[in-house]
Amino acid sequence: MARVLVGVKRVIDYAVKIRVKPDKTGVVTDGVKHSMNPFDEIAVEEAVRMKEKKIASEIIAVSCGPTQSQEVLRTALAMGVDKGIHVEISGKDYDTLQPIHVSKILAKIAEKEKADFIIVGKQAIDDDSNQTAQMTAAILDWPQATFASKIEKGDKDITVTREVDGGLETIKCKIPAVISADLRLNEPRYATLPNIMKAKKKPIAKMTPKDLGVDVAPRIKVVSVEDPPVRQAGVILPDVDALVGKLKEGGFA
Amino acid sequence: MAVRITNRTLKSFLASKKLSRALSSKVTFNWEDPFDLDSQLAQDEIIIRNSFRAYCQEKLQPRILLANRNETFDPNVMLEFGEQGVLGCTLKGYGCANVSSVAYGLLTREVEKVDSSYRSAMSVQSSLVMGAIYSYGSEEQKEKYLPRLAKGEILGCFGLTEPNYGSDIGAMETKAKYDASSKSYILNGSKTWITNSPIADICIVWAKCEDSKIRGFIVDKSISKKGLETPKIEGKLSLRASVTGMILMDNVEVPEANLLPKASGLSGPFACLNNARYGIAWGALGAAETCLSIARQYTLERKQFGKPLAANQLIQKKLADMVTEITLGLQACLRVGRLKDENRICPEMLSILKRNNTGKALEIARNARDMLGGNGIHDEYHVIRHMINLETVNTYEGTHDIHALVLGRAIT
Repeated sequence: MARVLVGVKRVIDYAVKIRVKPDKTGVVTDGVKHSMNPFDEIAVEEAVRMKEKKIASEIIAVSCGPTQSQEVLRTALAMGVDKGIHVEISGKDYDTLQPIHVSKILAKIAEKEKADFIIVGKQAIDDDSNQTAQMTAAILDWPQATFASKIEKGDKDITVTREVDGGLETIKCKIPAVISADLRLNEPRYATLPNIMKAKKKPIAKMTPKDLGVDVAPRIKVVSVEDPPVRQAGVILPDVDALVGKLKEGGFA
Repeated sequence: MAVRITNRTLKSFLASKKLSRALSSKVTFNWEDPFDLDSQLAQDEIIIRNSFRAYCQEKLQPRILLANRNETFDPNVMLEFGEQGVLGCTLKGYGCANVSSVAYGLLTREVEKVDSSYRSAMSVQSSLVMGAIYSYGSEEQKEKYLPRLAKGEILGCFGLTEPNYGSDIGAMETKAKYDASSKSYILNGSKTWITNSPIADICIVWAKCEDSKIRGFIVDKSISKKGLETPKIEGKLSLRASVTGMILMDNVEVPEANLLPKASGLSGPFACLNNARYGIAWGALGAAETCLSIARQYTLERKQFGKPLAANQLIQKKLADMVTEITLGLQACLRVGRLKDENRICPEMLSILKRNNTGKALEIARNARDMLGGNGIHDEYHVIRHMINLETVNTYEGTHDIHALVLGRAIT
């Protein structure tokens, strides 16, 4: 049976109205509701279902971030994950943490834990990078099945249906592999009370990037964070000719 | 006497505002949680609350409009509650989750944000039925009924109130007579206003025995069919998404194995009711929070005379009162919840809690209904449904006035 590593990220809750900090260095996160990245919830659910189908033997969830990242790990444990790993990164290091760093961390942990699958959400709803799965696969030289909407396990491989711009693409990957979960892969379960209580006893190991030999020095510098421009009023035109004229003026036709 | 706000008073008020802002520069007012209740909760309590909140908002809320309009109770809801593990969640063993009392309160608050009917069904099953069997039942009874009740596979109801006796329940007329030949008790009498009775599989009926002591019986519909009727009460305009009925008993035979051995006297049912009252105190504020949220949003959006309704002082005062009462009420709930888990509560505490929170919640709902104007009478705006439900919530489990008398007697 397979060992599964799942990456989970703590992000600002999808329902919260994001506000830019007055000093333009970022968005307001203090006192703002955070939760598990929705695509990561789907990843966790898929891993738990694999365990229920006896395809997976153990599921380990990993989260990189400050102390509060443990909340997201606890939720993953309550959904059925066996153990959690919290890679402690906070302050300035966390502000400039990028997929390139996270993918190195995940790769190292996957090697340590002898994982057969790494499942992550296709992208995080705060940075929308859509890079971690791909980079992790490249570092490990494992096949990658991204935007997965269906996963079927064969004897020595997996058949994954991917949602791509042109429609659906079905591929076969050897194991071990990296998978990124898309929206329609499954509907995550609500953590039940008994499972939440059981999760209290499950272990969360703590480590730092240094312990894994990963350098999280910044590779980017945030210059400024600003609100998108306010939407301008539209113009009502008298007829189609005027519309065509306007489009030509704007260089759209 | 009218008070005129002079320029001087206004200036000093603004100056003090600057001072308070300087002292607490990082803390901003959050109308949804002014006293930061969240920071007073344990991590697992927060996860429990968040998980159930997601379920309530995503799965229950879409159903409530029609369930209320058409007066239907979907029994699947109880199975879903069972799946979540919320039924009898404070109990230990028998498939129950054994969470804190505060967690239980957080759950009732979340479900009542959707509707008081669902919370009533949850309270009855958890605090009244499962609570009675857990506290007063034999081991056989617990093993037989509790796991299935916890899963929502069987439903229970709590038969205490009678047509002629509600507040004065000590004078109840339902009688239980022991019949040695059949080794059973023969029950005669009627109970009314019993949540779930028409669809319940078991009824916890409280009856006066021949020694004038009140005892509890598990009336199992699969065993005691003859002479037992549980008709639905029609014409209810409140708690429409919950089934309410009567329990009519005409020489109903209940095997002696179904007598709750450890309860004798009114202290039995009253202890169950106190547990339910605790959940209700949290729940009522959930309904109030929904009404506040809807009223606030509505008055911010609706414009009359060139400005939003919320710009008017009359509206602002009402919103201020609502936020105040909810905030204080929740702190009281938290305090009593923590005391409960330390086994340091007495019934009068729950009288204060239930009476205050349900009374204030009803007033908040009434004001919110008014603030929504004509739209406030339409079920699609939800507030009037909460308002009508809270009429019942204010009344059951001890009316507002009765709790006042209980307290008055304890104070003097």
